[in-house]
Amino acid sequence: MQNLLVDYLPLVLFIGLSAVIGLALMIAPFVVAHQNPDPEKLSAYECGFNAFDDARMKFDVRFYLVAILFIIFDLEVAFLFPWAVALKDVGAFGFWSMMVFLGVLTIGFVYEWRKGALEWD
Amino acid sequence: MNVITLFFYLFSGVLIASAVMVVSSRNPVHAVLFLILAFVNAAGLFLLMGAEFLAMILIVVYVGAVAVLFLFVVMMLDVDFAELRQGFLQYLPIGAVISAIFFIELALVVGTWQLAPEALALRKAAAAAPVDAMNARALGRVLYTEYVYFFQAAGLILLVAMIGAIVLTLRERHGVRRQDVMRQNARGKADAMSVVTVQPGQGVTVQGVKRKDAAGQEV
Repeated sequence: MQNLLVDYLPLVLFIGLSAVIGLALMIAPFVVAHQNPDPEKLSAYECGFNAFDDARMKFDVRFYLVAILFIIFDLEVAFLFPWAVALKDVGAFGFWSMMVFLGVLTIGFVYEWRKGALEWD
Repeated sequence: MNVITLFFYLFSGVLIASAVMVVSSRNPVHAVLFLILAFVNAAGLFLLMGAEFLAMILIVVYVGAVAVLFLFVVMMLDVDFAELRQGFLQYLPIGAVISAIFFIELALVVGTWQLAPEALALRKAAAAAPVDAMNARALGRVLYTEYVYFFQAAGLILLVAMIGAIVLTLRERHGVRRQDVMRQNARGKADAMSVVTVQPGQGVTVQGVKRKDAAGQEV
């Protein structure tokens, strides 16, 4: 168990450091910056204007399609990791089972390409 | 208290707090962001249990892809949550009764749970935990050979998901002018230009240049 901690110590350090930097950047303006607000200063600057509408506008369904196709290929890659690590153990059968898996997904990929799902407009 | 216990309480504390924020936050986008925090902390818990591969997959798939999909869905649905919350107090009593009934049922089910005496031994016999190899390798050893049918079934499910998503959401858009590089390059002088002999005193009328569309018909 101590082994695990030693292995992931760099990760802990990275996360801790990024948290420290992020917090410092958020807190520093309150400490350092000179703040003296008045309504004119806080209003939209010169040619700017207040927002007409809510920022939560409806997204096009095409974003959803891109995201779901991304998930599918992400999962495909997730299956590749243990295969690549254990390739020497699984031998030729394991190799070809992955090739069949990739072939099945390539059928989907060809379908997607021919349908034009990868094109934006 | 050793370091691992400390990390366990850290991860589970943040996990529970962010899960509470997911259901209670007013802004759905904030809810999704708290969900991402919950995923990351769950990955930390898996890591502490020694399931490194699962932890990394949780980060790659759930944080990287599923959370993005949730964000898009939240944006796409355009649900007015303020409107949904109207009448919250009105429905509070009946909701409280129903959740109390569920809670009592769950308590009864879990309270009377009994393990068969040989269950633990059976579990250990079914899958001996490999001690010599790391997670991903141990998984890879069995996934592509012993459980090959499940693996191929997973591939087919992904294929169905891909085709289903395309069939459901892909709309043919009309009136879109796409650039077709092949057609552009194949276009010669004969297709693009024509020499017009202008009679004196008559002027010229604008003539459409004849070209072929994708079906080969002149327009």
